[in-house]
Amino acid sequence: MGKHLVGNHIRRLRFNQDEMTQQQLADLVGVTRQTIVALEKGNYSPSLELAFRIARVFNLPLEEVFFYEDSAKE
Amino acid sequence: MTYQEKKSIVSMFSSILIFVVYCLYMYPKYPGGELSSEALRYWGSFVLILTVVTIIAHIIISIIFNIIFRMTTGEKEPTFADELDKLIEMKANRISFFMFIIGFLLAMGTLVMNEQLQTMFIILIIAGFISDVIGSVMKLYYYRKGV
Repeated sequence: MGKHLVGNHIRRLRFNQDEMTQQQLADLVGVTRQTIVALEKGNYSPSLELAFRIARVFNLPLEEVFFYEDSAKE
Repeated sequence: MTYQEKKSIVSMFSSILIFVVYCLYMYPKYPGGELSSEALRYWGSFVLILTVVTIIAHIIISIIFNIIFRMTTGEKEPTFADELDKLIEMKANRISFFMFIIGFLLAMGTLVMNEQLQTMFIILIIAGFISDVIGSVMKLYYYRKGV
């Protein structure tokens, strides 16, 4: 099993949300900006709880923010 | 570069600086004499004072770093550790402890092989130093490359 199979659209969603900054999103979900940077780079797969908190900020279901990349690599 | 990455770099260099300066100050004071009570007292005080000096110096350097970080970036440093910080801390500590255990076993090996007591203490102290530096290097690596 490879690493970082969970991708996301956070960067695009932030841009669509009045160009929300990484720090603003970090404050809303209760993490540091470093974690948002790592998520956007695909360097970190978040916990389920954090994934739900991020999806809630954008008022979207989880699968519209995060996706599983396994099918793309097959 | 984010706050955590910069902090890991500062921590790494401050560990090296503190250890080198401390050794340069303390080593000439070695009384000599294998197994003498004075030599054992020297090594005991070497480790204890190094621990205290390292903690105090790290706190001072951390405060200075935070002030410089605020002045140069205009950002406030994070006041808490989130899930990524904790995960990286655990992974870095695991490697750091592993390095120290290798050093500890090497130090015990010198006693088995009838080496000087001084050699054992030097290996033990260097293992502590290397494990500290490796811990900072691994944190930087995980912050940059991901976990």
